[in-house]
Amino acid sequence: MRVEGRRQKELILILAREFASKLATPMFIADRHGDLVFYNEPAEEVLGRSFAEVGEMPADQWASLFQPEDLQGGPIGLEAMPPGVALLERKPAHGEFRITGLDGRKRLVSVTAFPLFARSDEFLGMVAIFWEQPGVETP
Amino acid sequence: MRATVWGCRGSLATPGRETLRYGGNTSCVEVRLRDGSIIVLDAGTGIRPLGVKLGDERPATIHLLLTHLHLDHLEGLGFFRPCWSGETELHVWGPLSPVRSLEERIARYLSPPLFPVQLSEIPAQMTFHDVPVEEWEIGPTRLLAHPVSHPGPTVGYRLSEGGRSLAYIPDHEPAFGVDLSTVPPEWMSGYALVDGVDVLLHDSQYGEDEYSTWAGVIRASSRRSRSPESQTSAGS
Repeated sequence: MRVEGRRQKELILILAREFASKLATPMFIADRHGDLVFYNEPAEEVLGRSFAEVGEMPADQWASLFQPEDLQGGPIGLEAMPPGVALLERKPAHGEFRITGLDGRKRLVSVTAFPLFARSDEFLGMVAIFWEQPGVETP
Repeated sequence: MRATVWGCRGSLATPGRETLRYGGNTSCVEVRLRDGSIIVLDAGTGIRPLGVKLGDERPATIHLLLTHLHLDHLEGLGFFRPCWSGETELHVWGPLSPVRSLEERIARYLSPPLFPVQLSEIPAQMTFHDVPVEEWEIGPTRLLAHPVSHPGPTVGYRLSEGGRSLAYIPDHEPAFGVDLSTVPPEWMSGYALVDGVDVLLHDSQYGEDEYSTWAGVIRASSRRSRSPESQTSAGS
């Protein structure tokens, strides 16, 4: 006999989303597969579009969507960004890089990302908080 | 599957004339399965009169499913008569903690000076289990335990047997400080447990006017507790 209940997000992600939704700091949440599942309103200001418009998406899509570049202007992949380190290596990371928001503006951001574990061996996803740095470049 | 509520009070047992209608004992529900197996949900003070009733029956095996280890869900365990028979096989299930085992955490209460007897001295054959991440079976019943929103490691349970289901989430805040009707179901704590169940036993400790004082601290209000798609709701 199968239990008929529907799927829901992991409780840790639910609590992270509730935390993010009340936070003035931009916050970005991905699940264990790397799929973007939420970012808050302050993050919308930096990323240039609301989460409602963007929706959930897999890691390879969001990792390129915002055109991340290193400080020398070279493209960087997911594995080189703090969110990628948190997802792929499951350890906290911090760094600075540039992104191009979906509003077309290029921004320098500082990002701190950390993995989420419910149990020591149960990886559930990643949270990244970030700040836009002064010295914004716009096209 | 047949459920009997032996205790539905939160926080503290409340004996007296004012609580005669629903009783004054803290959380405990007896569930009888189709094959006669016994599942007990939580070990609040309601487990004591349940144990008295089971005393004559002398069941060989009992499964005790703890939602969490706050005192109002555990304080009756030492007074549960089957614990005091060496013939009882008592399986205790509960939420995993990243710090201490379930047995160690229960022993913090069931040991001097808070209790006169060490947990290890209780005669029943006790086995402690962290609830599985996936569904599991006890007799003819499938069980699902999910972490739910409440301070400390806490789970709710869903029991399904013969096309019928019961969900038990006695201490729970489905959403903090937001209107539950605005939260997508998949982002609602406990939703996978309660969706479509025949009977839901759920926290409803506070009225709406009281909840604003206690949000995030203890538990849900009666209005916030209601899942729009659950068929039945019985407040604790």
